[in-house]
Parts: sequence; C-alpha cells; structure tokens
Amino acid sequence: MDLTAPNAAPSAHRASAANTILPLRVEGLAYDANGQRLIDGITFTLDAGPRTVILGPNGAGKSLLLRLCHGLIAPSGGTVTWQGATGNADAATHQAMVFQRPVLLRRSVIANVVYGLKLKGTLRAERAEIAADVLARTGLARFKDTPARLLSGGEQQKLALARTWALRPQVLFLDEPTSNLDPAATHAVESICQHMHDEGTRLIMTTHDLGQAKRLADDVLFIHKGRLLEHSPANAFFETPASGEAAAFLRGDLRW
Amino acid sequence: MTDISAAFATAIQLLITLDANLIEIVGLSLQVSISAVALATVIGLPMGAALALFKFPGRGTLTVMLNALMGLPPVVVGLVVYLLLSRSGPLGVLGLLFTPTAMIIAQAILVTPIIAALTRQVVADLWVEYAEQMRSLGAGPLRAVPALLYDARFTLVTAVLAGFGRASAEVGAVMIVGGNIDHVTRVMTTAIALEVSKGDLALALGLGIVLIGLSLAINAATFTAKQRAEAAWT
Amino acid sequence: MRFTKSLIPVIAALLFTLNAHAADDKFITVASTTSTANSGLFDVILPVFTKKTGIEVRVVAVGTGKAIRLARSGDADVLFVHHKPSEEKFVADGMGMKRSDVMYNDFVMVGPASDPAGIKGSETAEAALKKLAAAKAPFASRGDDSGTNKKELGLWKAAGINPKTSSGTWYRETGSGMGATLNVASGMNAYALTDRATWLKFKNKGDLAILVEGDPKLFNQYGIILVSAEKHPHTKTALGQKFIDWIIGAEGQTEISNYQILGNQAFFANAKPGS
Repeated sequence: MDLTAPNAAPSAHRASAANTILPLRVEGLAYDANGQRLIDGITFTLDAGPRTVILGPNGAGKSLLLRLCHGLIAPSGGTVTWQGATGNADAATHQAMVFQRPVLLRRSVIANVVYGLKLKGTLRAERAEIAADVLARTGLARFKDTPARLLSGGEQQKLALARTWALRPQVLFLDEPTSNLDPAATHAVESICQHMHDEGTRLIMTTHDLGQAKRLADDVLFIHKGRLLEHSPANAFFETPASGEAAAFLRGDLRW
Repeated sequence: MTDISAAFATAIQLLITLDANLIEIVGLSLQVSISAVALATVIGLPMGAALALFKFPGRGTLTVMLNALMGLPPVVVGLVVYLLLSRSGPLGVLGLLFTPTAMIIAQAILVTPIIAALTRQVVADLWVEYAEQMRSLGAGPLRAVPALLYDARFTLVTAVLAGFGRASAEVGAVMIVGGNIDHVTRVMTTAIALEVSKGDLALALGLGIVLIGLSLAINAATFTAKQRAEAAWT
Repeated sequence: MRFTKSLIPVIAALLFTLNAHAADDKFITVASTTSTANSGLFDVILPVFTKKTGIEVRVVAVGTGKAIRLARSGDADVLFVHHKPSEEKFVADGMGMKRSDVMYNDFVMVGPASDPAGIKGSETAEAALKKLAAAKAPFASRGDDSGTNKKELGLWKAAGINPKTSSGTWYRETGSGMGATLNVASGMNAYALTDRATWLKFKNKGDLAILVEGDPKLFNQYGIILVSAEKHPHTKTALGQKFIDWIIGAEGQTEISNYQILGNQAFFANAKPGS
C-alpha cells in the first residue's frame, strides 16, 4: 500500500480558518424513539485538529450520536451547529461518514469512487484522476475495474474509505469501521484514517476496541446510557478516568 | 389425444416450413408486445421508484391500487381503450382503433402496474440498505433513483420479463382494440382464438406450442444473460 | 438513467414503423360477422378486389349486433351483416346510406347424430324447436346478440316458446361466436342453430350432424351498407362505395357464387341488378 502523496494537491483541501465548518457545537442534544430517551442532554464542542474517539458500552448511543451530528437523523431536542466561517449552510458537503458495514454500489471499484465525486459536484473531467489517486493510496488500484461487491470485507471497507477520501471532507465520521475486520485489514483502515488526518480531515469515530481507541484517540467522549459522562484528553481518560462508570468500562466490567 | 399429437405435428410443420403467415404473425406479436413492455418500463420504473421513496398523501392507497391493478382483466382494459380510441370516443380523431398502436397502448396499460409494483418493492428494499450511505454522500431519494434502479437491475429484468409474459399471453385486450384483422392486427393469441372458433383445434394448439416455445426461448436467453451478469456483479 | 433513456428512441422507432404501416390510407374497414369470416369467403374474394383496385379491405369479424355498434360509433366504413330488420333500422336511423342485398345462404339445425329429441326430418324449424323444448334436450345458443342469435330467437318466438326461462338448464347461452358455440355443442352433444357456411368449414364436428334443413324460414340474407359520412365525416365513403359496387356487381357476385366449401356452394349471390 502506497500511502505517500504522489503530488501536493490533496493537502490543498486542508481547512483554513476562512473556509472551515468547525468547530462543531452540540448543545442539549436529545433523541427519543418509541417513548424512550436514547440520547439525553449531551453538550460538547469539537474544535479543528485532534482525533476524537467516542467510547461507551453497547447500546450507550454512540452510533446515534454520530448520526445526529452528521445530520442523518433529526434530534428530538437540542441543536447541532457548525460554527465555522462557512456556517451551517453547506456544512453537509464538507462531512462524510464511513459505516460499520460498507454500502457499495453494484458497479466497479473505481465507479463507486467516481459516483461519490459526481454527487459532490466534482467536474466530470477531474473525477477519474482523483479516483485513481485515492485507489492508489489505499492499495486498491489493481481492483480498479473489479465489481465492488466481489471485494473481501477488508477491501470493501478500504473502498468505502477511499470513496470518502476522494471527497476530501473536513470532518469524517466513522462508525465502528473495523468491527467486522481481521487485524491486517484493521491496521490498513487505521493507517488510511491516519493519512486522512494528516491531510487535515477531522476524525470523529466510535469503536469498542480499546486498543484502537488508544492508538487513534487524541481526546475521548465517554457515553453511558445516552449521557455524556466524560470529555477529556485521551491520556487523561485512559490513565485516570474521572467517573466510576468509565473506570469500570476500562476494566471491562461495564457491559450496559 | 389425436388432436394433441396433430397439434405437435402442426407446430413442427409450421416451424420447419417457416410458414410465411406464421412469421408475419409472430413478428407482429413481438413488435407489439416488446413496444408495449418498453413503454411500460419507461413509465413503470420511475413510478415504482417514486412510490418506494417519496412520502406523500395517498401513497398507501396508491400502492394498494397498483398491486390490485396487476390483476387487471385484459378484456376490461381492451374495452376502456376501445371506448377511448373509438371514433365516437375522446381520442377518436387519432384514428388509432384497429391498429398495432392501439394494441401497444392496451398492453402497456396491462403491463405498467406489474412493472411499477415490482419496481416499488425492489427499490423500497434496496433503499433500506442504501438510505444512510446515499444521504451521507449527499443524495436524497430523488438523486438516488438512477443508482437504485441501476443496482436493482437484475431483479428489474425479472419484473420486465413478467410484464412481457403478461403482454404476449393476453388475448382479450388486443382482440377488442386490434380487431384481429388479417395481415394488420393479427397476433399469436388472436390467431389462436380464431382457429379455436373455426374448430381447428390442432392448428390452434400448434400455434399455442409455437407461442410457448417463443416465450421459453426469450426467457431462457434472458435468464442465462442475467445469471452471467449477476455472477459477475453479485 | 442511461438505460431508460436509451429505450426512448427504440419505442419512438417502433411506434413510428407501426404507424407508418397503419397510415397507409388505401384501405377500408368492414365490420362483418364471424360466420362470414369463418366461412373463408373473404380469404378468397377480397384479394381479387384488392388486386383490381389497390384497396385493402380490413375485416373486423364480430357478431352482427356488435358489428352494427362498431359502425354506429364510426369505427367501420362498411357494414356487412345478416339481420335485415337491424340493418333497416340502421339505415332508418340515418347511420348508413342504403342497404343492398348481397347473397344468402341458410341456417341448419345440427345436433347429435343419435338425435335423442327426434327432430331429424322435421318439416319446419318451429316443429323441431317444439320437440327440443318438450324433450328438454340441451341446446347451445349463441346468446350474443348476433345475427344468428337474433334469427334463433325469432324462430323460438314463432314456435311460441320462451327458452330464456330455461337458460342455464337445457338452454345454454354461450355468449360467444359461432365457432365457439359449435365447440360447446360438440363438447356436450347439444343441438344448435348455425349458418351452413360456418358448419361446412367447422372442423371439430365430433358427433354432430345436420338434422333439420330446407325450411324457408331458415333463409339467411346478407346485406351491405355504407356507413353515412354525415354522422362520421372521417369514413372513407368513396372507397367503401367502390367495394360495395364491386361486391354487388357482376364480378363480385360471380366470385361469391363460385366459392365452394368441400365441393358445396356456400353462398348464393342475389344482389338485385342496378340496386
């Protein structure tokens, strides 16, 4: 896998203060389903820069929180605002999301990347070149014309990442992107994430893999039963968790 | 039994001698049914996709109606199209009654609900899987329609084939709006009905065997092509 | 949507070629009866006319009742049927120009050769029908408002019997064409009234045979009428009149008389000269 940038162009997307959508301000966020409060009064601010990992036991509301931030579902209460210079208006075009189970279109590998670019409004003439570039960087170049659905699970997730990478998002949400993958594929996905981060993409990720969290997190949001219990730098969180629940979670004692 | 064996003999003879009348009738049957199915596809695919993806008042009613219309009796469709196209009807000035075009219109009306209803189901199922990813990429339901139809293409081929089966097999509608005019609007099914009315059951069944064979060949060809493509694209 | 878009020119092309075929104006539409069409007469005489004049004749073969309704709606240029009272009413209503006799054949009563009701050799159709009703022998009626059906009902009326009260028991109304009704009669060994031409040409006779024939009341007159352009200005009166002139003229009449089914003359031309 060749992760070195073949040209300087990609870093040009690095958000400058003038065109960034960040910081992300979440205030009093709530979400109800079937009369149950699944997300309850969550408030935090994420500035440009660090990699955030959202941790919490199963059913804590990690995925819901990501979807609410990304705008895939509407909150029952509270607000999600992008406070950067560009404001909320076209915030959606500067975010992307990678799901636990990649949804690939029934077309070739490169066509999947090109489709994402088409939806973003990239000029037709530029799509193929950008697509070929991200495929080369993610080690998928030799599968360029393979039907996407025939790739292995790890390659499919790499393609999902390549598709978002091509969009050069300012913010990338990742919902347990490696939970179905073997260690080698997990490593590959993590290093793609790292490269996107190096290019300036703000990563916000959920995981239940503590090792991964330690490898990738700069700061941690700890969620339990729909509430935000901790928002602290990664080192502090892993060494001296403030809440009893977080301590129990880190010991592996907190299941729900 | 004698009629049945005579029918097979007749069918074989018709095929071997490439009976000119038979060729003409088969040609018109294919032309009419394929045109009707093409028309129904152009209308039915977007209609089915719209029903699957967009929420609007009356969507449930419309879906139930569409499903019910899959069982439209051909004779009723024929009658309605006849009343519309008759010289005394609202579209009489077009002079389309007793032409292949009238038959295409009638069959398209029969087939559109089948294609639309099956498309609705397929697209709705696919949307459950795709919705979040598509919206994340910036495509709402409307922008996602082409991709959804394209990704459902193998299932949709089956829907279109079902429509073709319905079109090529029906006799009630084309009999009324086509008039079974020799060399003009006579197709396989109306020719069969005519031979039955003449009491020539062997020839009628012989034509029936040719019709079934034709349908079998078309389905086999499509099935094989679909299997190959599906194996390649999952 | 590449794949849908690519279909549009295909459909346009198909519709165009079909319409190009249909737009050939040198044809007339004749509403006629299944009995005439099924007899095979048209297959023989129409090509002669078309060859001579270049006018294609498109025959829509339905029951007399439906043929008249087609003509009333303006969906045919010429009406060629066999029920004189209805035809005269059609003209009287201003729907058609004048009516001309063309030819006749006759109706026959057919039934199982074993003839359980014993109608064979009856002098008149009425006598035969009375026997059928008395024996409650199964009778297959067209029941479709066709010329043959109207004729049959007239015969029952003359015999003083209303068979409709027995509909569903021994009196079976098929609601179908002549051939379909004969198929029913053949299948259930029932009696039926049919025109002779259809009978001669019919291939699925089974045990059926002619039992009663020759009664003048079984006479079957065919008439031809040009649909009036006053009600339906689009009708092709000039071409239609050409066809009528030909069929009631010397050549058409000869062709009709020469037409044979299995060695039998099927129709007897009887147009009145100069009519």
